[in-house]
Amino acid sequence: MSFDSFQDFLAMGKHGAYVWSAYGISLAVVALNIAMPILAKRRYLQDEARRLRREKKS
Amino acid sequence: MNWTWFHKLGSPKWFYEISGRWLPWLAVAAGVLMVVGLVWGLAFAPPERYQGDSYRIIYIHVPAAFLAQACYITMALAGAVSLIWKMKLADVALQQAAPIGAWLCFIALVTGAIWGKPTWGTYWVWDARLTSMLILLFLYFGVIALGQAISNRDSSAKACAVLALVGAVNIPIIQKSVEWWNTLHQPATFKITGKASMSAEMWLPLLISVLGFYCFFVVVLLLRMRLEVLKRESRSSWAKAEVIRQVEARS
Amino acid sequence: MSNVFSLLLARESRLLFRRPAELANPLVFFAIVIALFPLAVGPETELLQNISPGLIWVAALLAVLLSLDGLFRSDFEDGSLEQWVLSPHPLPLLVLAKVLAHWAFSGLALVVLAPLLAMMLGLPVRCLPVLLISLLLGTPILSLLGAVGAALTVGLKRGGLLLALLILPLYIPVLILGTGALQASLQGLPAVGQLLWLACLTALAVTFTPFAIAAGLKISVAE
Repeated sequence: MSFDSFQDFLAMGKHGAYVWSAYGISLAVVALNIAMPILAKRRYLQDEARRLRREKKS
Repeated sequence: MNWTWFHKLGSPKWFYEISGRWLPWLAVAAGVLMVVGLVWGLAFAPPERYQGDSYRIIYIHVPAAFLAQACYITMALAGAVSLIWKMKLADVALQQAAPIGAWLCFIALVTGAIWGKPTWGTYWVWDARLTSMLILLFLYFGVIALGQAISNRDSSAKACAVLALVGAVNIPIIQKSVEWWNTLHQPATFKITGKASMSAEMWLPLLISVLGFYCFFVVVLLLRMRLEVLKRESRSSWAKAEVIRQVEARS
Repeated sequence: MSNVFSLLLARESRLLFRRPAELANPLVFFAIVIALFPLAVGPETELLQNISPGLIWVAALLAVLLSLDGLFRSDFEDGSLEQWVLSPHPLPLLVLAKVLAHWAFSGLALVVLAPLLAMMLGLPVRCLPVLLISLLLGTPILSLLGAVGAALTVGLKRGGLLLALLILPLYIPVLILGTGALQASLQGLPAVGQLLWLACLTALAVTFTPFAIAAGLKISVAE
């Protein structure tokens, strides 16, 4: 551990705002990239489920 | 040499099955490697002598920049496979990789700019690496825009393949010329990554983080490709069965 | 083989000569863009002289790009492009002739016009040889690379803006080397190195891009 306390860890030696904003934005983009295909797949399956139901009725 | 495995890869059904088997393992590997690399880099690696703790941005900046370039090479290779062997799966890979590459470029640019503020005093410096990254982002935008502009699926994929190949031939020339332009206009006072000055405690987490980003890229690419394959093959019996199976599993 | 090449060159030149207005448009555009800058940044001679290398090159780049939008359009619409693809002659050779003819009337014309505009921007006369040689070596690359984009977008309704988006990033090495040569000569330094690199890129572009253009045309025609 290169920091003495959790406070130190958050402060990052005066550069806390830069380091944490960089990590925050990047992790948000990473999460977005994982979420997008999963949500798209769910939407596709919902559409397909609706279509299958419609076909069964007719 | 036995080439059946290569031609098997071209079969969407086979790809769907095998990628489904690999995906959980790759996802676990991506998660573990990224968490280990980033936490190690953030909390345990020693501070850098000149930049203090702001250098810890390197643990996302460099992997993202690295992967952004690797993604373009992947696209060019997929383009070559698509043009030479007319493999439909390579088309899918090429077009699904482009947005991921653009996002990775975006991460590299944003973290580079944020890192620039404590190091150079301004958010944007026309540094050789950042400028090349910006140009790479424009190249990705070009591929995405061309893919969306052509409505026919096959010709859109082939056009993207040609463009990706032309771009891949150009990238080394662009990077060399940008480097040359940069040394001409502002002598590099500070290199954003001094390789020689990095100790093992610093580059080991970097290596792990790069591997984690690699796995992340493959996971997202496979997720996107699997959905696209399912959509494209929606008329074939295996895809119909797969969709019905998944719909029933959800309800 | 060379017979087809020269025949095609003659045909293209005749076609281009029939529409002189279309030939003049990129040149007028080039002149207007150059004229805009003194109006935008002020008429100080020293400032204009310092930025003139970049100005001339950016204007030349945009002018070439603008002229390329219609490069294959009329051939695509009247079906002669399909005949080219089906013809027994190698398509890369045919497109090379086409782009060469187009360059002779747009790129070469730009090279002829550039010294005049450069003088108006205050570029000293001693830099003119470097300006001429760099443009002479650079504009064929611009035409050839742009033709790749034009071939890929020829079937699209609004291809112009997309063409710029696809091709401008690829123009960067030419821009850097061209302005680098001019800047070096402006400072009284030798510019041979940059010019040799430009020549190297020209050789690369002449050898490789015809194949990419041909592939692009085949895709656009098949659609």
